[in-house]
Amino acid sequence: MFGVFCYYVMSVIKVQNISKHFGSLKAVDDLSFEVQAGQVFGFLGQNGSGKSTTIRMLLSLIHPTSGSIELFGKRIEKNREEILEQVGAIIERPDLYPYLSAKEHLQLFAKVRKQKIGEADINTTLEKVGLAHRAQDKVQTFSLGMKQRLGIGIALVHNPSLIILDEPTNGLDPQGIADIRQLIQYLAKEEGKTVLVSSHLLSEIEQVAHQILIIHQGKKMVEGVTKELLDPEKRIVQIKTTDDATALQVIAAGSFSDYLLSRSEGMYLKIPTREIPLLNEALVKAGVGIVGIETKNSLEDYFLQITSNA
Amino acid sequence: MWSLIKVELYKIFSRPRTYIAFGAIAALIVVIQLGLKIDGDSYASFLMKDINDTLTVDGKVLNGYLICYILLQLLLVHVPLLVALIAADMISGEANLGTLRLLFTTPYSRTSWVFAKFIAASIYTILLLIWLAFLALFVSMWIFGTDDLFLMKSNYVVLIEQNDVLWRYVGAFVFASFSLLTVTSLGFLLSSLSSNSIGPIVGTMSAIVFFTILSTLNIPLFTIVKPYLFTTHMNNWKEFFDIQVNANNEAITGSILNIPKIKTSLVVLTLHIILFVSASILIIKKKDILS
Repeated sequence: MFGVFCYYVMSVIKVQNISKHFGSLKAVDDLSFEVQAGQVFGFLGQNGSGKSTTIRMLLSLIHPTSGSIELFGKRIEKNREEILEQVGAIIERPDLYPYLSAKEHLQLFAKVRKQKIGEADINTTLEKVGLAHRAQDKVQTFSLGMKQRLGIGIALVHNPSLIILDEPTNGLDPQGIADIRQLIQYLAKEEGKTVLVSSHLLSEIEQVAHQILIIHQGKKMVEGVTKELLDPEKRIVQIKTTDDATALQVIAAGSFSDYLLSRSEGMYLKIPTREIPLLNEALVKAGVGIVGIETKNSLEDYFLQITSNA
Repeated sequence: MWSLIKVELYKIFSRPRTYIAFGAIAALIVVIQLGLKIDGDSYASFLMKDINDTLTVDGKVLNGYLICYILLQLLLVHVPLLVALIAADMISGEANLGTLRLLFTTPYSRTSWVFAKFIAASIYTILLLIWLAFLALFVSMWIFGTDDLFLMKSNYVVLIEQNDVLWRYVGAFVFASFSLLTVTSLGFLLSSLSSNSIGPIVGTMSAIVFFTILSTLNIPLFTIVKPYLFTTHMNNWKEFFDIQVNANNEAITGSILNIPKIKTSLVVLTLHIILFVSASILIIKKKDILS
């Protein structure tokens, strides 16, 4: 019972079977996932995979075609304003007002929050994102990286408990990327924030995220704990058979079910090396012809493979 | 809501583009005032040439009140175009910049934001009109002095005593504010339909030109729709300067010839404002914010 209680209390984002269609295009297709409180959740997919559309639906910028979204245990469409008070976000690009300074941006967005945000909070935020020395400069003089930092500053200025960062390292140099990574880790560890961070680069996400979700063409491909997905003891294998339906039944019925990563773009399993022959044997016994068992070296290989199958 | 209006006003008045309209109005008025100061007598003679044989007018015809009337006739046609520069950019400009999504992820409804934007655009419009009134009326009064207002209409002349003029200008400017707010709301509606500023600005200007032509054409087909077009009513501020006469054909001080016409025009303009703003809110509420 306690476990069930915690499950409901701790779930900050709960997405159930959401889809978004733009005409005949399925931008997001039956996607479900949950993000727990205090977690850094990595949302991976190549450009155009549906990440930003999903994030826009989380923030109620886009209305889903179907499915439901709950943030902090409440439906977004019914409790939008209450929920958004606790959320800070940047979406895709750091689009700002070129004729305003960094500080003016934070002051403006502080004004549209219900809680009181003072000058000290604004200065702290500027320091946190490394823009204190350029506080008075107009945004039109900023580099893309500085705009990205200011975008993050706007997301943080009201001290939200959920932070959604869509491609936050776009346009940043290596030092800037490292700084953002540190900031995300600091926000989660030191301030107990829940962070959903999206990227098209696994290398950026794997260092900060507790949990990873990979989507491709709007569909969930893989979801799992980062440590497990990157566990060197387990290997990602792609199995090609003469009868995928029976193969899936064998996998789902036996002890291999926990290893199944994806079935929508080929059968992928994250499986301990020693169990690969056992799986092969089980499939052969069930009369499934094995065409090939291909081993991937890393999650990166797997990510690249599924995203390049488009 | 007040916070949102303050934010919107701050943004409007932080942009250099905002001051173009104020500068353009000032430049136009100063040029006309200068021209009339230097060569005003010739202009007055030209105005009076048809009636000089039948009527003798004492006093200063070319006074501040008449200059203001001339300026309003010239400028109230063009000021809507300047209003469109800001109003038609209010939503589409933010969609184009990408900042609309920043606003719509704050804990305020889209309706609140759109309404705040409209109020801010309306404040800008009113300030522009106050600026126009200050330059056209008060500066003209200061430069040219005051006297009775002598107006030549198409087939009659109107003479309004100078102590009966100022309140008419107040009424005319209040009326003009409704006309300009209708333009603001039209620009706003077109702005909600687009993700770039140019289309709504050009669209607003084109709509004004198009409907003005329909309003002025005396073709029976258009006569049916004319009473419902906002452009038919926008210039009815002039009604404040048509006065009633008694049985001896003497002007009745403090009177207006056709009050119902002014009331009807105000109702039509107000309905247009409500329609345009409500449509903008509905469109934005249902819109997916993709830019």
